[in-house]
Amino acid sequence: MNIHEYQAKQIFAKYGVPTPRGIVANTPDEALINAKELGGSIWVVKAQIHAGGRGLGGGVKLARSLDEVKTLASEIIGMTLVTHQTGPEGKLVQKVYIEEGADIKDELYLGVVLDRAKEMPVIMASTEGGMAIEDVAHDTPEKIIKIAVDPAIGFQGFHGRELVFGLGITDPDEQKKLINFASKLYKVYMDNDAEMIEINPLIKTGSGDFLALDGKMGFDDSALGRHPDIEAMRDLSEEDPDEREAGQYGLSYVSLDGEIGCMVNGAGLAMGTMDTINYMGGTPANFLDVGGKANAETVAKGFEIILKNPNVKAIFVNIFGGIVRCDRIANGILEATKLVDVHVPVIVRLDGTNAEEATEILKNANIPNVIAATDLADGAAKAVKAAKGEK
Amino acid sequence: MSILVNKDTKVIVQGFTGKEGTFHAEQCLAYGTKIVGGVTPNKGGQEHLGLPVFNIVSDAVKTTGATVSMIFVPPAFVGDAVMEAADAGIELAVVITEGAPVRDMQMAKAYATKKGMKTIGPNCPGIITAQECKIGIMPGNIFKKGNIGLISKSGTLTYEGANQVCKEGFGISTAVGIGGDPIIGLSYKQLLPMFEADPETKAIVMIGEIGGDLEIQAAAFIKKNITKPVVAFIAGQTAPKGKRMGHAGAIVSGSAGTAAEKMEALKAAGVTVVVSPAEIGKAVKEALSK
Repeated sequence: MNIHEYQAKQIFAKYGVPTPRGIVANTPDEALINAKELGGSIWVVKAQIHAGGRGLGGGVKLARSLDEVKTLASEIIGMTLVTHQTGPEGKLVQKVYIEEGADIKDELYLGVVLDRAKEMPVIMASTEGGMAIEDVAHDTPEKIIKIAVDPAIGFQGFHGRELVFGLGITDPDEQKKLINFASKLYKVYMDNDAEMIEINPLIKTGSGDFLALDGKMGFDDSALGRHPDIEAMRDLSEEDPDEREAGQYGLSYVSLDGEIGCMVNGAGLAMGTMDTINYMGGTPANFLDVGGKANAETVAKGFEIILKNPNVKAIFVNIFGGIVRCDRIANGILEATKLVDVHVPVIVRLDGTNAEEATEILKNANIPNVIAATDLADGAAKAVKAAKGEK
Repeated sequence: MSILVNKDTKVIVQGFTGKEGTFHAEQCLAYGTKIVGGVTPNKGGQEHLGLPVFNIVSDAVKTTGATVSMIFVPPAFVGDAVMEAADAGIELAVVITEGAPVRDMQMAKAYATKKGMKTIGPNCPGIITAQECKIGIMPGNIFKKGNIGLISKSGTLTYEGANQVCKEGFGISTAVGIGGDPIIGLSYKQLLPMFEADPETKAIVMIGEIGGDLEIQAAAFIKKNITKPVVAFIAGQTAPKGKRMGHAGAIVSGSAGTAAEKMEALKAAGVTVVVSPAEIGKAVKEALSK
């Protein structure tokens, strides 16, 4: 789960990670009130969406008067912001964050992510703040410092020294401030079961203070149960409604841009099914894992979600029953054809636990749209043909 | 021969009396696995499926002599359960539960390693030595005894792969589902040398997926150390970047962890890489006829 910048900064503030002062606004009027409350003579109006690259997309603007704050807020709220992370369709901006202007002397990058190879969190830092870190990693990898922190010992002094000397920070006072900053950020990461934190840029002000000018956080979905405060920050409007609906039924769904709907048990086989369709010359319309507890209701729901996509020309149901019993899936298909108008050919491959009973159930039901397949290759080939309108 | 587990392996179940634990323990017993008891706090002294229940793992180990634990506890308790098993001297923990927090697994795996305990999973189907010992949730009947070792991040692809191998007239020595989480126990790199050393295993099937770099590590290891034929499939060639594909660890972050780079690395290591899982059986047959 991801959260907005303003929410990440609320969490930072709780841990004493310094940020500029700011207040979130839902309307231009609120933006004006917030700017007045913050005081000063310069403000930044920042679109709040779950995507990076907001500045380049026109979602972050500087205001030099209160009038300008209101004007910019009214322009940004309601705009569809397109960045390199939103996809071409962009994202609707519903909130802006009004922040006091900052005296930027230097821009750094600081993040904490899980290093899967080392199996521990790693602090990533760079002098190249303000740039996309993927680009820095690609063009000048030597400019990224990585410091793995073993959770068994936590953030120690030497981690801090590796950080500041790696970044070339020589002023003892600044060193102390940045080490303190990073140590607190590590605590934010661990305490909240974060998956990643990214501050880009982390700025050094004219007076030698370090501030999180931006803040991005993602969390381990498996750990949200013990963080109701974080769960409460969930912004449903930022999530794909079909993926969310599928999730409520225990289905894992990702929409793609092809023509063949897929309903599969198990994430690996679901990806393998997409790959096989592709290999046979077709295009998958989605990833869908019905999970280990599939029943008639969830299968019917799966059909419903797949068929919402108007590009779908055929559906390939590929089940290798282990815990999932094939007869249940077969009954689910029957149920689904009663509940949902399944108007495209459905290719069904059922193997594993109770496969024979399942084949019998489908045969007896004699549904005109359902085509039986013997194995994965046969099913994928039939689905590709059916999507092309061939028999 | 086989790897890690066989007909003599003594197994306890953590989360024994729960719904999942009960159902799958029954299935494993029916397969012939030597389950010797289980652990459920506050149910110690009771009997379940005709076997003793203990409050804590160390009591179960002392009384039964079990060396392997199959773990079915709820996600929030997985880390604790793994560390308890390690502390009690269990040699191998097989963690079936899906959805364990990553932070807990970091701690638990580090502790298990310190204690010398191997871990399989979490979020995996378990391990099976065909017709001897099944510790997990896989349908036992599709694993005919034979000479192919199988390592897979995905449960259903384990079944798909094993089924194809058996349809081609071969069989399975041991199949290990290593799980699809960001942090897992035994991986390709640790299991490949076990299969290399196992006289019963003639070829190895490895099934990977997008995310992380375990398959890349495996490729480097194979190039240097593995002489037996290896057939590989990497799931997620058609997966979009930045999207989590069902498994917590199956995500291409930035441009790292793509199927293409893993397939390239494996090919360069001399592995037969198939583009579709439907080709696994055939590829094994070809690899063994060379």
